[in-house]
Amino acid sequence: MIVRISGEGQYRLPDAMHGALNELDNTVVEAAEAGDETRFATAFAELLALVRSNGEILAGDDLSTSEVILPPPDTTLEQAAETFTGEGLIPD
Amino acid sequence: MAGLGGRMSTVIKAKVSKILDKAEDPAETLDYSYQKQLESLQNVKKGIADVVTAKKRLQMQSSKLEDSVVKLDTQARQALAQGNEELARTALERKNVAQTELQSLDGQIAELEAQQQKLTDSEKALRAKIEAFRTKKEVIKAQYSAAEAQVRISEAATGVGEEMADVGLAMQRAVDKTENMKARADAVSELEAAGTFEDLTQLGQGEDDIDRQLKELSNKSVVDDDLAKLKAELGQGAAPGQLAAGEPAVEGSAEDAEPAAAPKTEEQA
Repeated sequence: MIVRISGEGQYRLPDAMHGALNELDNTVVEAAEAGDETRFATAFAELLALVRSNGEILAGDDLSTSEVILPPPDTTLEQAAETFTGEGLIPD
Repeated sequence: MAGLGGRMSTVIKAKVSKILDKAEDPAETLDYSYQKQLESLQNVKKGIADVVTAKKRLQMQSSKLEDSVVKLDTQARQALAQGNEELARTALERKNVAQTELQSLDGQIAELEAQQQKLTDSEKALRAKIEAFRTKKEVIKAQYSAAEAQVRISEAATGVGEEMADVGLAMQRAVDKTENMKARADAVSELEAAGTFEDLTQLGQGEDDIDRQLKELSNKSVVDDDLAKLKAELGQGAAPGQLAAGEPAVEGSAEDAEPAAAPKTEEQA
């Protein structure tokens, strides 16, 4: 499974990590929706750490596409909340 | 692979796919996509140049404010040395405003610096992908039938497309931040125009009202001026009686009142 951290790069992760990744991903969304700054920051940091520590970074000239794309590490709660309502980070 | 990610990554992935769908016309995939990639690279370069321009503008404002702080500090010292505490206070107040503004500007400059670095990294990443695509495209064309080459090159182009979308995102964030700072810089300029920094803007060129008042004072009291300078040279700085107007006169009283506290043994000996 290839995961991109936006603005940072792509990582190859064991497929078995799907579950853990999705769980944290959903926690981040819930925290953003609830406006829970602390929970958002903690869960998002955990999610990024999970990818970085378990993933193998892809070479720059690798042309693989990513199955999972995470927002940039410096995404704020406001930006994240906007993203899930369909606007924000990546313009349509 | 749909449904693979959590809610967040699914939304983002959908947006990237949308960009890719828009960008990609299968009939034109071969060389056209490479042209699009090069255009995208040019855009990033332009984006970096915009951030650098915004940064330079803020740096100019910052250095102007630094000059102001130094000058106002000097003016305050001069005013105090000449016994004009009110004027010194005015100068110090303005210095304070300038310093606060300066701190805020320095923070913004650092932020733009970070954006510049991020975009430069993004450009490097995109350049690597585009170069890999160019090579791969030629290899595929040489090895496969036209129809199959089309499919394989299209796959490779999607990988570059994702990178292009990611760079686009980095650019958008940089533009947003730069816009905010432009607005901020304009606000500072408006403050200047409104007279809040009236004197600061003229520093180094014309005289401001503090200068003029200082000159009048100097003309009136050249002796006092000389005396103040002398005091400063002797390391006494501004006379304490002038500095602490709210306090009772303290000339020589501190040591008299508490002789035991005086640490200088040679004076006591």
